[in-house]
Formats: sequence, C-alpha cells, structure tokens
Amino acid sequence: MFRRKITETVIEAGIKLSGFICIGFVVLVFLFLLKDALPLFRVYPAGKFLWGLKWLPVSEPPQFGMMPLLLGSVYVTVGAIFLCVPLGVGAAMFIAEVAPKSLKHVLKALVEILASIPSVVLGFIGIVWLGPFLKNMFGLATGMCGLTGSLLLAFMALPTIISISEDALVSVPRSCKEAAYGLGATRWQTLWRIILPSAASGILAAIMLGIGRVIGETMVVMMVTGNAPVIPTSILRPLRTLTATIAGEMGETVSGSEHYFALFAVGLVLLIITFLINLFADVMLRKARR
Amino acid sequence: MSRARTTQKIAFAALAAITLIVVAPIVLTILYIVFNGLGAISWEFLSQPPRHGMREGGIFPALVGTILLIAGAMLFSLPVGIFAAVYLVEYAQDNFFSRLIKLSIVNLSGIPSIIYGLFGFTVFVVFLRFGTCILSGALTLAIMSLPVIVTTTKEALEAVPRSFREISLSLGATKWQTVRYCVLPHALPGILTGTVLSLSRAAGETAPILFTVAAFYLPRLPRSVFDQVMALPYHLYVISTQVPNMPLPISFATGLVLVVLVFLMNLVSIVLRWHYRKKKQW
Repeated sequence: MFRRKITETVIEAGIKLSGFICIGFVVLVFLFLLKDALPLFRVYPAGKFLWGLKWLPVSEPPQFGMMPLLLGSVYVTVGAIFLCVPLGVGAAMFIAEVAPKSLKHVLKALVEILASIPSVVLGFIGIVWLGPFLKNMFGLATGMCGLTGSLLLAFMALPTIISISEDALVSVPRSCKEAAYGLGATRWQTLWRIILPSAASGILAAIMLGIGRVIGETMVVMMVTGNAPVIPTSILRPLRTLTATIAGEMGETVSGSEHYFALFAVGLVLLIITFLINLFADVMLRKARR
Repeated sequence: MSRARTTQKIAFAALAAITLIVVAPIVLTILYIVFNGLGAISWEFLSQPPRHGMREGGIFPALVGTILLIAGAMLFSLPVGIFAAVYLVEYAQDNFFSRLIKLSIVNLSGIPSIIYGLFGFTVFVVFLRFGTCILSGALTLAIMSLPVIVTTTKEALEAVPRSFREISLSLGATKWQTVRYCVLPHALPGILTGTVLSLSRAAGETAPILFTVAAFYLPRLPRSVFDQVMALPYHLYVISTQVPNMPLPISFATGLVLVVLVFLMNLVSIVLRWHYRKKKQW
C-alpha cells in the first residue's frame, strides 16, 4: 500500500512536470531569443535596425536595416493571401455544403495530402518548373521572384484555410439552416446569407492562421524568391523575407558577432509578429466556439 | 423563384470551379514528382551514399539520418506530450496553471519552424554545448512536434467516456491506476495517430535542422548521438540550390522518396484511426 502511494506521487509529479515543460518551452524560446537579440542594440541603435532601409551585414561598416526584409515578407504574404483566401474559402464552402458525401471524402483526403508535402519539395518544384514558367510567361529577367514565392505559399496555406473554414461552416447550428429552408430559401441563399455570416469569426481565424503559416515559412521563400535583400519595388522582382535571411545567413556568421545578434533580432521581430497573429486567431476561434 | 434557382446553379458551378483550381495542382504536383522521380529510383539509389560531389550515387546516409532524427524526436516528445495531455484532461482543474498550459500549446504551434531552428541552435548547440549533432536536431524537432501530440492526445482522452473512470474509481482503483489501465488503453489509437502525424511533419522539415544537425555531405553513418548526419529534406535543398550541374532525375528521385516517406507515415496514421474506430463499442 505504502509503495503504491510512492509510485502514485512520483508519477503525478512527472505528469505535472510535463505540463510545466510545455509552459517552460514558450518562455525559454522568448528568453533565449531576447538573450541573443538584445546585445545588438548595445552596438547598433534599435531605431536604425527597425527603420533602416539597407541590409548590408558584411559591408564596412555593416548596416542592419530590417525594412527591406520586413517589406519582402509583407509583399510575399499579401500576394499569397490575395490568392488563397478566395480559393480556400470557396473550396471550403463547396466541401462543406455542396459536394456529395463521397466526393467530400476524396477532396478532404487531397487537401490532407497537400498539407503533408514537405515545403522543400514545393521549393524544388518552384525552381525547376514554376519559376521558369513564370519567367517565360511574363518575360521576366528571372523567375526567382516574389510572385513565384507568393504562388507557392498560397498553395501551402490552402490546407490550413480550407480545413479550419470548413470546420467553422459545418459547426453552424442545424437549426439556423433548417429555419432558412423553412422560409423558402434555396441552398445557395442559405449558404451565402446565413451560414457564411454565422461562420465569419471561424473563417477569419482560418485566414489569420494561414497568414501566420505564410509569414513563417522558410524553405520555399529561400529557394524561389531570389534572395535579394533590397526594398522590393515589384512582386515580379527578386526579394528576400525575414525567414529566408535568418536561414541563409546564420551559417556564415560567427557566434557572438554583431551579425549573429542581428539575425536573432530579426528572429525576435518574426516571433512577435507571428505571436500577435496567432493570438488574434485564437481569440476569433474562441468567439466562434461560443 | 426560378431566378433564385439560376443564381444557385451559377454559384455552385463557381464554387466547383474554385475547388477544381485548388485540387488540380495537388494531383498534378504529385504526378509531376512521381513521373520525373520514378526512373532514378533503384535499390542502389536507396542503399548507396552520394558520390562525385553528390551528382551520382544514392541517398542512403540522408535516409538513415532522417529516420534517426524522427526516432530521436519521438523518444522525447512522446512521453512529455502524453503526460502533459493526461495532466490537462485527468488531473488539472480549470485553474490559472492549466489555462497557461493550453495557451502555451497554442503558442508553440504557431511559432515558425525557423525560430525553432534558432532556438535549438542557441540552446542545444551553443548553450548546452552539444554541438551540431543528432541530439540537438532531435530535441529541436521534438519541441516542434509537441503541440500536435498534446492536442491530439487530449482529444483522444476526452473521447473516453466518463463512466469508465467512475467505475474504475468506484472499485477502489487510484487515480493513476484508472488512467493507466482504464483510460490510456482506450485512447491509444488516437494518441498514435497524432504522434505519427506530427512526426511525419517533423520528417519533412528543413528549417529546424539547418543549424542544429544537418550535414552538407557526410557519406559515413553516425556513430553516436553527438555526430552530425545528413537529412533528406536538407539534402534536397542542397542538391537543388548549391550543386551546379546537378542531374535533375536524382533531385526528383530524392523529392519522391521524401514525399513517399511522409505519405507512408500519414497512411499508417489513417489506417490506425480507421482500424480502431471500427472496433470502438461506445
């Protein structure tokens, strides 16, 4: 009896500890990024980092203006969202309300397959097919540009947007639908005027999570957007995002150098952006569930 | 009335068209990789190291590396993830601590993979002095797959009827005995599904292993957890961007193996889910 009690106490402690570890990791991620980002501002003014227009980490003296990278991320993300929101929400509407049951399963399975394709594979396809294709189509100097990235990122964000929007559409109470049908509304009228507005906060959450996914994606943008850390003037030109900068330059820096700290500062900015986006999405999801 | 019907027809046709625009590229992408990659796949390709600056030979070390990384990540994230979920569902009251855990899980799942890469580098490689090695990479991937494991385990535990617990407790079993013998066995399929799913994501990730483990070219196999390894996703990145005059069939075949690996893991999780759902009696 006594021994069993000890076992019980030990295991419960372990269980509690695991919960604590989850919290610990979030705190640790923030702390360790802060620890390696803040030293930058001892040698480089924070204002120049945030608003500087030039990212020249290896010139003499180096310049760490984050603006080109931030704008690069914004350009690619906006492009991707314009493409994938209408497509994703439309497809979700079709899967939730229009498609017959057997087709529904096939479509959902395909979307899950898309979600499972590793990003590096899509980046590879961007290099060998999509980039050259767009180059010929628009007569560009290079196919490695913002648009190629946007298209691939839109593709990658689709599963997130579709599955969460579909959940939101399906979870609209049956009674709402039936009331509309009872009043003589067609299926489309019900879908457009009753179901879609009722699912609005869930769909908004889906879009926010999609944006979070796009802005944090690394490999695709590193492989296909041309890696040019300049202020982007057009989505048809090479540019570079926050994520690609970290991934591309981290290997070349000396640990503890100004450049090293600058990359962690970029990471910190990225973390704060995604944190805010996810927080907003979480609030929306909670609202949808109520 | 007939105008409303026409509108409906047009609207549904538009939705079908949108869905086709979404779905067609998925099918085409898969076919594109399969057709271009299949030709270069052979037993030699899977069992030989790369040669001649990676322009010839196979992907054996990268394949082994990825499998080791997945196994390592699982070793760590499975116990922590399951215990954390058990805590949330079976032990915790709705208090500040448990809400903080849930909030943390949501946040962890939203952190971009490259941030995990930075974190893994500064903590495991530099701070704890593991160096770039399997241990650092596996731990980084483990932290990344934690949210999915916790969330799916939580759902699986919540799906076990309350009465199971009440009966066990009423027979004099302790809380842990109830969880261990009455709840966990029934939640196991759901837990496995989630685990396999999260690990299949980890298998395809490149950004977290960039600075923590991945070797550019290392034909021999690792001897301990403190060795570097090659990994499939990173290998594909390297041969498609860093190696000039790379023969495309090898790149395609590498991509195909990666896709198939991830796909097989997904399939296992789907079959598990389907198999056990059939057997469930409640």
